[in-house]
Amino acid sequence: MKLIIAGVQKEYQDGLTVAELIKVENVETPMYVSVSLNDEFVKSGEYDETVLRDDDVVEFLYFMGGGR
Amino acid sequence: MAFSNEQLERYSRHIILKEIGVKGQKRLSQGRVLIIGAGGLGSPAALYLAAAGVGVIGIADADTVDISNLQRQVIHTTPDVGKAKVESARETMEAINPDIKVNAYKTFVSADNILALIADYDFVIDGTDNFAAKFLINDACVIARKPFSHAGIIRFKGQLMTYVPGEGLCYRCVFKNPPPPDAVPTCRQAGVIGAMGGVIGSLQAMEAVKFIAGAGKLLTGSLLTYDALSMEFRKVKLPARRDCAVCGEHPSITKPFDYAAAVCEVL
Repeated sequence: MKLIIAGVQKEYQDGLTVAELIKVENVETPMYVSVSLNDEFVKSGEYDETVLRDDDVVEFLYFMGGGR
Repeated sequence: MAFSNEQLERYSRHIILKEIGVKGQKRLSQGRVLIIGAGGLGSPAALYLAAAGVGVIGIADADTVDISNLQRQVIHTTPDVGKAKVESARETMEAINPDIKVNAYKTFVSADNILALIADYDFVIDGTDNFAAKFLINDACVIARKPFSHAGIIRFKGQLMTYVPGEGLCYRCVFKNPPPPDAVPTCRQAGVIGAMGGVIGSLQAMEAVKFIAGAGKLLTGSLLTYDALSMEFRKVKLPARRDCAVCGEHPSITKPFDYAAAVCEVL
């Protein structure tokens, strides 16, 4: 299936969950990333059970704490 | 209040812009912006707001200038090492533009002082370096219905978003709660490229100027991310969140509070 991750379309195996995608994409600080799926936040407790479908649009939103 | 000939000359490149004009420049001269953190983000923001003639600029920071700050905190110079950051920042801003008034607050923000600090200002710039302060500023600005610019920088990356009451989500909508101490690296641990503060802090100043002058559209409801290594900007539309603990329909946070001091990275 095709997914659009951070604006880039890529091919992934069918049935991938959000939790698996976080691993496949090597997301930094995977415990502390916010995930938007088709313009809705995925609840942090539901990454394991949220199965992705063809043409889904996913954004990872990262904590960025620096500034001073 | 009319501009003097010198002021008309000083602000001529603004006044010639149809989105600013004399009217927008007057708004800027009557505008009040508070910058929290006189560091990587706060330095460029303060320089541009001073140069733009924003009438009153508040700057809050409890720290003194350290030599390790100078790689990115461009409002301070080598002779300023050891000086209070807010004093160093004030001197530079006043040297750039004697038209403006600078209020220097030598303090870190806390639940005890944040509402009083932001009350006198039209717009707040979050230039802090820790999640406790970032969540505190968000909550206080939501509660006080105060527009503000959030930003974060690390390594070769930066991001920012603008909150305006009633126009899209707040920082807590996106990130809910701060990560535990040391779960997410700080600039001190991970480093940050100096010009990143210049890029992102200048964008924060841009949002403040647009807000005060009434020009263009603000970065509400979206997160703008910048990756210097791939040289890519992305404006990521953020989903709505109705159950936000501070800006949602039934908020559980109704006054500012401090997260454990352990979250703070003392520089």
